[in-house]
Amino acid sequence: MSDAANIPFVPLDFADSPVNQALSAEEKIDLYRTMSRIRRFEQASLKQYNLDKMGGFLHLYIGQESVAVGTCSLMGADDHVITAYRDHGHALAVGMSMNECMAEMFGKQTGCSKGKGGSMHFFAPDKNYWGGHGIVAGQTPLGLGLGYALKYQEKDGCAMCFMGDGAVNQGVFHESLNLAALFEIPIVYIIENNGYSMGTSQKRSSAYRDCLAQRAEAYDMAWDLVNGEDLYEVRAKTHIAMERARKEKQPTVLEIETYRYYGHSVADANTKKYRSPEEIEKYKQHHDPLLLWKRRLIDEGIATEEQLKAIDKEAKQEADASVIFAEESPAPTLADVSTDVYWEVDNQTTAGNTGRHFFND
Amino acid sequence: MREISYREALREAFDEELAHDENVVIMGEEVAQYNGAYKVTQGLWEKWGDKRIVDTPISEAGFIGMGVGASMLGIRPVMELMFWSFHSVAFDQLVNNAACVRYMSGGLINCPIVMRGPANGGTNVGATHSHVPEGLFAAFPGLKVCCPATPADAKGLMKSAIRDNDPVYIMENTLLYGNKGPVPDPSEGEHIVPLGVADLKREGSDISLISHGRCVLHALEAAEQLSAEHGIECDVLDLRSIRPLDQDAIIKSVMKTNRAVLVDESKPFCGVSAQITTLIQEYAFDYLDAPIKRVCTIDAPAIYSKHIEDEQLPNPKRVIETVLSIA
Repeated sequence: MSDAANIPFVPLDFADSPVNQALSAEEKIDLYRTMSRIRRFEQASLKQYNLDKMGGFLHLYIGQESVAVGTCSLMGADDHVITAYRDHGHALAVGMSMNECMAEMFGKQTGCSKGKGGSMHFFAPDKNYWGGHGIVAGQTPLGLGLGYALKYQEKDGCAMCFMGDGAVNQGVFHESLNLAALFEIPIVYIIENNGYSMGTSQKRSSAYRDCLAQRAEAYDMAWDLVNGEDLYEVRAKTHIAMERARKEKQPTVLEIETYRYYGHSVADANTKKYRSPEEIEKYKQHHDPLLLWKRRLIDEGIATEEQLKAIDKEAKQEADASVIFAEESPAPTLADVSTDVYWEVDNQTTAGNTGRHFFND
Repeated sequence: MREISYREALREAFDEELAHDENVVIMGEEVAQYNGAYKVTQGLWEKWGDKRIVDTPISEAGFIGMGVGASMLGIRPVMELMFWSFHSVAFDQLVNNAACVRYMSGGLINCPIVMRGPANGGTNVGATHSHVPEGLFAAFPGLKVCCPATPADAKGLMKSAIRDNDPVYIMENTLLYGNKGPVPDPSEGEHIVPLGVADLKREGSDISLISHGRCVLHALEAAEQLSAEHGIECDVLDLRSIRPLDQDAIIKSVMKTNRAVLVDESKPFCGVSAQITTLIQEYAFDYLDAPIKRVCTIDAPAIYSKHIEDEQLPNPKRVIETVLSIA
């Protein structure tokens, strides 16, 4: 018998991982700030949605903040991000401004997509952020393409492609996994598992043995399961997957367990029917990523409760200001409807000026 | 001028563009080691290697989506659908991602991809392999669509498409791959045919036959018979490009002849010729001396039987009958 049985059990603390050891106190506070900004932005969005200031859907990220913030905090110059329609958290995490995001939802010219995309379609290629995509799993081969391009151009980066747990049953996701493994694409697929694909629980929508990420085994691909409420764990495990992509050109599927407090979208009338109020309350009390990170920062002696409250207050002020910015911005004109359709037309090239491109009167 | 086949002309376009831009990548099922299901890409893998000529698995949604994504970062994928009929399994990638991402990003992104492959009936392969979706894709703003009928146009349009910064979908034709025709020698300079420019392939003053793809050849054959047997002289206008569309050439021809027959392998309902019809009535109504007539594929899924399929499709006999009904 080995001595292992006599060694006391100490739970793994991902704070000890090198990528977390490297964090300065200021960087740890910044992670809190970004999570707080996302939450305040989403709260302001909800309020404005209910005031009928925006159209369409609103898929809130509240409860999942640690996932976008933890993963995107690891991005280098050649790392790229793409996600589905629950895209506000990633947008702020990669550095987009609240103003351009709020204005986009208000359908204003100053929006990141000039009011042509809306809540589900935020983009910032200058920040390596490629959307913002509305069709479940439709972005999964696009992410593959980002990784393909990076490898083709011999850049030392990777793609992170986010999706919800409802996306894993779409055929194109499986096609993407096969291609990722076959072509050795530097990509990390991140399933943000909040337990529900719209109103259908994981057990009612997916066939699986232990977890969803395990499906990667069918494609001889690495995978891992991540506790999303722990920012240190999100960073530690995502870092390993990103390095595998960058250095070994090998893909990974990460399943990050998380929770959304609101419905699939704000239009989800059954949000309190397919799960109990007690379940939601349990997550808010015991698993909230902001609350847990706040405690951690206080326990580590990095910040005080008051300092963090001040950060929350600033975030709320920034969100409120973005509402005013959006409100006061001009709406698109009828002429704007017909721009940004063809690159060649927008740029008035010879090709753009040859033949009829639009078939109005 | 030298004569080469439609297939060789396409291959020459790929070869030249692979040399012209290091971001051009040919990908698709069997395009590399197998040399192409229709041998269009024959020899390219041997010359350009694994990085530039990429065999993909049978996984259209996956590899087309991958190409669209790669194009957002500046790669210029030229992707083969073994048949355009297989578009349906990749439809989300073709019409949501490729066509809309520029718009939904407010112009921050563009997708310089080329989708290509044969789109035709007439080979007795049944309905699911015989779709002609040029009208379908031309209905999506953000996409460009063209249908070359001759080797020279195939090469010239392909080169334009690869250099274009928007998604261009090229519909080829298995029945044209072996056809030979004059194509300028590369030593005489680059042969490029711009998108959005029609070509008047035959001149006549009595009636306009407006067509694209293989139907242009039917129209030309019909025009010769009509001239010889009935003394009717036809303009044969090859649209070449469906979107952008050379509307001016269409209207100019109709204003000259005052009669139009549209020869279109699309099905009649909302096919390409339905759009051309509405343009003619809108812009040349007062010049028409007869109703606009169409020769389309008979409105049913493509029949398999070789005994009858050619009758379902537009053919010179049907074109002649239709012309005689209004001439």
